[in-house]
Amino acid sequence: MTSARRRTRGRLPVVLVLPAVVGLAFLLVPLVGLLVRAPWDTLPEQLFSSSVGEALRLSLVCASLATVVCLVLGVPLAWLLARGDVPGRGVLRALVTVPLVLPPVVGGVALLFVLGRRGLVGQYLDAWFGISLPFTTAGVVLAEAFVAMPFLVISVEGALRAADPRYEEAAATLGASRWLAFRRVTLPSILPGVVAGTVLCWARALGEFGATITFAGNFPGETTTMPLAVYLALETDPDAAIVLSVVLLLVSVGVLAALRDRWISGPS
Amino acid sequence: MTLHADLRVGRAGFVLAAEVTVEPGEVVALLGPNGAGKTTALRALAGLLPLSGGHIRVGGQTWDAPPEVFRPAERRPIGVVFQDYLLFAHLSALENVAFGLRARGTGRAAAREEAARWLDRVGLAAHAKAKPRTLSGGQAQRVALARALATSPELLLLDEPLAALDAATRLHVRAELGHHLRDYPGHTLLVTHDPLDAMVLADRLVVLEHGRVVQEGTPTEVARRPRTSYVADLVGLNLYRGTAHGTAVSLDAGGTLTIATPASGPVHVVFPPTAVSLHPEHPTGSPRNAWRVTVAGIERHAHTTRVRLDGVPPVLADITTATVADLRLQPGDELWAAVKATEVHAYPS
Repeated sequence: MTSARRRTRGRLPVVLVLPAVVGLAFLLVPLVGLLVRAPWDTLPEQLFSSSVGEALRLSLVCASLATVVCLVLGVPLAWLLARGDVPGRGVLRALVTVPLVLPPVVGGVALLFVLGRRGLVGQYLDAWFGISLPFTTAGVVLAEAFVAMPFLVISVEGALRAADPRYEEAAATLGASRWLAFRRVTLPSILPGVVAGTVLCWARALGEFGATITFAGNFPGETTTMPLAVYLALETDPDAAIVLSVVLLLVSVGVLAALRDRWISGPS
Repeated sequence: MTLHADLRVGRAGFVLAAEVTVEPGEVVALLGPNGAGKTTALRALAGLLPLSGGHIRVGGQTWDAPPEVFRPAERRPIGVVFQDYLLFAHLSALENVAFGLRARGTGRAAAREEAARWLDRVGLAAHAKAKPRTLSGGQAQRVALARALATSPELLLLDEPLAALDAATRLHVRAELGHHLRDYPGHTLLVTHDPLDAMVLADRLVVLEHGRVVQEGTPTEVARRPRTSYVADLVGLNLYRGTAHGTAVSLDAGGTLTIATPASGPVHVVFPPTAVSLHPEHPTGSPRNAWRVTVAGIERHAHTTRVRLDGVPPVLADITTATVADLRLQPGDELWAAVKATEVHAYPS
């Protein structure tokens, strides 16, 4: 069967195979290089050294908090885009995806000018509540949430639009309010989409660099997350940079493994 | 506590303007072809679609009367069985049935207890923990019915409740559904395009065509005196209740019919008017049902002529225009009606 098909379809064309192999190598060789160069014998002590541990802890905490922010704001936003009768829904949907394609540095600059101490909103936060967000841990969370939220919104909105709205109608005929129907019927049915969006969102927040360094700066223990620490360590302690990079690489592979059923395996 | 609905819904290229009344305990079937507005009417009654005119009143309460009043679905005492049931996939059969009670404020334990009672009533006590996807079509239909009835609604709406079932399951589920509907004290509106479902399950038919009511009445009235050729085609069925003993069925209305497949107990017996042939003398040949009839009326429809015949039992016959001419049919003529046993179908009731 297989051999018959191979004969009928002819040989794989070199014009396609050669660039494909080069492309594959281009994607994989740097990662392999990272693993080869990693100081495996000193890795545990590097990992638990105060500066690396601090950056790792801060990264995990900030990415998780940013993900919580994204969930609390993003799921309702996705619902509004998928189900709400709001005018200009198409435009709103396009605007939500802007942070996806926007260079993160630009996002950081934008946040700085809005939430900075003299910014559009920031000046009132400072004057009325004495709150200043830039260059704080809260600023890191905000910057990460800004960049990561579209991943969650798009994933959840896709799941919502694929879900049959008639189940919500069935819930309504049983006496459920829209909120109850959302909580007990819609949310459980789109749970895989929410989980996938959350994992993607968390991974994106964990790797965030541009917006964070622009909006929150680089203060060890307060705003220096893993990606910032990698960048810093590269100048002073390349071994530490590699250790941090390997940790981030492992986290990314872990995320891929968690999502393999939904995103990685194509139609087979 | 009569339900009175004057349903007016206008949408691009379609207008529904239908009046429907349902008495408590009565089962009304809304019958019509696809696109006649049946589902629109059901959605309006359920509160999933606001009326653009008219009203829906149950007893002294107004559910919809534009532009002032609109009670959304979740605040109407209704139960709906949807065509594909729409059971919540992540909940067990029991939790599905308990959902409405929980949403209407019953405590968790009491809701589960009541739901268990309903599952028992529809014969699914053993499947309480099963997820909908593991249930067969007939079982899912019964869970959907239990879910709709568990909240003791004033109005039960059924949207093509048997359409998703295969022919064999359909027979049993139809008979069961009939029993449950007879026990239910509220108003029932059944939407279907299947004349047999409508005639077996409903006390009264409302035939809808192009968004308008073209005829209403008891199944027998509508079948005997169809007002349009569409209705004649649609509900043109000879339908009797009777008791089967093997291949013989003694009819409640009098007379006996022979069926090909043995059955026993109470049944509905059905055959189409096209299966009836008319003869001036007693017909000879293969084993048949043959009895004396008198022509009571002749109606011409698009392609055939429908003859109403009195006798034991009374019967409808569709015959070609040529046969009408051959037999020189006149009201009052005495004839023999004949039906092959293989054309007569018995359904348990």
